[in-house]
Amino acid sequence: MNLKELAELIKAEVITSDRDLSEITVPFVSACDLMSDVLAFCSPGSLLLTGLTNIQIVRTAQMLDLPAVVFVRGKIPLEETVNLAKESGIPVLLSKYSLYEVCGRLYAAGVKPSYVPQPREA
Amino acid sequence: MAAPVCMEYRIEGNNFMVAGTASNNIKNTLKMLGIQSDVCRRAAVIAYEAEINLVIHANGGILKAVISEDKLEISTEDEGPGIPDIDQAMTEGYTTASNQAREMGFGAGMGLPNIKRNSDLFEIESTPGVGTKLISTVFFNK
Repeated sequence: MNLKELAELIKAEVITSDRDLSEITVPFVSACDLMSDVLAFCSPGSLLLTGLTNIQIVRTAQMLDLPAVVFVRGKIPLEETVNLAKESGIPVLLSKYSLYEVCGRLYAAGVKPSYVPQPREA
Repeated sequence: MAAPVCMEYRIEGNNFMVAGTASNNIKNTLKMLGIQSDVCRRAAVIAYEAEINLVIHANGGILKAVISEDKLEISTEDEGPGIPDIDQAMTEGYTTASNQAREMGFGAGMGLPNIKRNSDLFEIESTPGVGTKLISTVFFNK
């Protein structure tokens, strides 16, 4: 699914993007408020859904080359978060739905979950 | 590549506004050098987790990346409180992060295990009251 179709499904407002969202493909979704877990468990190319709004959310997305970030529950990201997203060309979307409902809508539409790797032997 | 590329950053403690900037520079340099994307990704996670550790736990420190022909070495050195029990610190879920760090989405007790998971070689040395040294190596053709 592309990001434009996805935004329509979750009635998301796009607040930063210079790019054509229909050209951005979203193969997987990861829904998480723990950035440590995003760093540990997020498949490449995953869209990040979160309710945290601080600058480290975009840093995490930047580090993992995630295609975009969706802030759920009607949360408004902090100014520095939006600025870094603009600077790094990461689209930011806002959805008024809860995390559960955003996940439900995307799952029902066939978007796959981010792969969770099995823990390695120590 | 002729000579190794070295990058060194002084990371400020408890400054979450700039945390990650150094790791992003390291990642961008690797990309610019044409290093394969899965290595860039592992390196980005290692550098970022290590940088966040310096910010959260160590009151800052030095983050270094040395890129040579066949490998990348990411290391940190700090004069923080040190880790009394490294085995415990390496256990997934164990954390001593502050509330501030947790509010930022860190402190899940995944940092060191995640660095190790992404490394081909991983070394950590710590003395309470003196500081911690960490070296993570990623080979390019593995």
